[in-house]
Amino acid sequence: MAVVIGLLYAAAIFMMLRRSIVKLVIGLMLLSNAANLLIFTTAGMTRGAPPLIPEGMLAPAGEVADPLPQAVVLTAIVIAFGVLAFAVVLIRRAYEIVKADDLDKMKDTDT
Amino acid sequence: MRPEVALPVLLPLFSGALSLLFWRSRPMQRFIAVAGNIALLVVSLWLFIATLNEGYLTIEMGSWPPPFGIVLVADLLSAVMVLMTGIVGLVMGVYSLATTGRGHEKFGYYPLMHLVLAGVAGAFLTGDIFNLYVWFEVMLVASFALLILGGERAQMEGAIKYVTLNLLASVIFLTAIGLTYGMVGTLNMADIALRLNEADHQGMVEVLAVMFMVAFGIKAAAFPLFFWLPASYHTPPVAVSALFAALLTKVGVYSIFRTFTLIFDQSMGYLQDIMLWGAAFTMVTGVLGAAAQYEFRRILSFHIVSQIGYMILGLAIYTPLAIAGGVFAIMHNIVVKTNLFLVSGITYRLQGTYQLKKMGGLYKERPWLAIAFFLSAFSLAGIPPLSGFFAKFVIVRAGIEAEAYVVTGIALAVGLMTLYSMVKIWNEVFWKTLPEENLVPQTQTSQGDDGRLVKPSLWLMYLPVIVLALATLLIGIFAEPIMQVMNAIGDQLLTPQGYIEAVLGKAASAESALIDAVNAEEITP
Repeated sequence: MAVVIGLLYAAAIFMMLRRSIVKLVIGLMLLSNAANLLIFTTAGMTRGAPPLIPEGMLAPAGEVADPLPQAVVLTAIVIAFGVLAFAVVLIRRAYEIVKADDLDKMKDTDT
Repeated sequence: MRPEVALPVLLPLFSGALSLLFWRSRPMQRFIAVAGNIALLVVSLWLFIATLNEGYLTIEMGSWPPPFGIVLVADLLSAVMVLMTGIVGLVMGVYSLATTGRGHEKFGYYPLMHLVLAGVAGAFLTGDIFNLYVWFEVMLVASFALLILGGERAQMEGAIKYVTLNLLASVIFLTAIGLTYGMVGTLNMADIALRLNEADHQGMVEVLAVMFMVAFGIKAAAFPLFFWLPASYHTPPVAVSALFAALLTKVGVYSIFRTFTLIFDQSMGYLQDIMLWGAAFTMVTGVLGAAAQYEFRRILSFHIVSQIGYMILGLAIYTPLAIAGGVFAIMHNIVVKTNLFLVSGITYRLQGTYQLKKMGGLYKERPWLAIAFFLSAFSLAGIPPLSGFFAKFVIVRAGIEAEAYVVTGIALAVGLMTLYSMVKIWNEVFWKTLPEENLVPQTQTSQGDDGRLVKPSLWLMYLPVIVLALATLLIGIFAEPIMQVMNAIGDQLLTPQGYIEAVLGKAASAESALIDAVNAEEITP
């Protein structure tokens, strides 16, 4: 898992350093997925039962999965999805206006 | 259970939703923009007075006791920041009425504005680190949309840089949250602060601290991570620029203040030096960048960067007085920077350009506008008796007391350079006569307006400018009571035990021991 995450981060950074804005967005996508997997892994993966407490007891019986990172990852996925949708629309509009997907051609606002 | 802690978040969300309901009705949206922001200002005043009298206030979302549920916490720092949000929100609401084109209003300008305010207030008030991330995203997504409303080429190009770098910062932040959770098994900031001190790998704690510093540094536009800001802030309509300049970077600065006084207060060590020099370079590069510019809003954008340096310098010196100065600088900067952007909007309306070379003669034409600009600009440069003087004075004094002479000297020199930039604008825009080729100042409608001429309702634009100019004057004149509040903030931030106790209850350590026991039971039943 650690290797996969490392590869994802590396690939994402590599893609983001390219000049094409499409690759930039692909990089962002990979990066957010890598971060989600990272949360999942560092929080400790357990092949447990769902964290439900049986009736009449105070603690769940047996080994259970930690529900919090799952909730966190779920939220993060939703946010990443929304932002990504925005980014895709943004690069499409930018491409229509600038007529190029080359970041080097977008220097008008730089100093 | 204190409702006023949650209200500054809920109210703008509510006004935003209401505004969405009246999607087709332009007058209704405009009414909600003002009424909702007045309500926000009232609530934030209420929160501020309550925190001033009673100290820490908390509210547990869904009645889940911390550290399990999400808490909203208001200490004095949060309350002051929320109060500034309220003021800026109202000012922007009024100013937008006059400057926002119909095209923008049709595509949801006002709901987005409310959403940005909700995100900002949420980020200031939350006591949960993942919740902070969520508020960051709420604010960012709304600001992305505001930034590109209108869809001009410059906006698109600015937006790509803005979006990419802010998303990168968000992912770094998220990664750091994941690693933190892996280490301490909690997301509540007070609880993290307790447990991180007893964590096994103190080296890892420093890594986390640096990750948070980088993530918030990008969002706060600190050196060397600031390039997205001058590339994008001058592209959207001026009301949006002013809103961003006032609040968005300050959320990054606030987060640095919060995490480094609460969570990573043990591991400042050499990070303090890095922060000190980062602040110094931020100030210098920002002000030098501004010196090279001849576009009104771009000069102001670079000055945001330079001012961020002062705030971080206040934190980096890390004495109660310095932190008080840093917070004073944040407050002063929100007022003044907003006002300068608003003035640039009025001059654009009057003369139809942001290029300094093409402007001129406004002192003769609009003396009151000139005076409002004069007050704000000289306040930014730190001339007494305006608010900027006290912010700078306190930081410099704290710097000398902490024997950080070089950095303090840089701060003073940067003040002089700021004065140079402001005098440049003053000379070009107000003092010199209007250049020949631009002698007929076309009375502009706001940009993005689809061709129809709207009567430029200038008084709606003047009102916020005059209010803010008076505010900087008053902050300067009544600096003593404000300074007392700031000193209280400095003390509160440097004794995080108060915050932890307020969130987790008096017997915080006993409680955390109990949680440990429950955890142990869960793992080996």
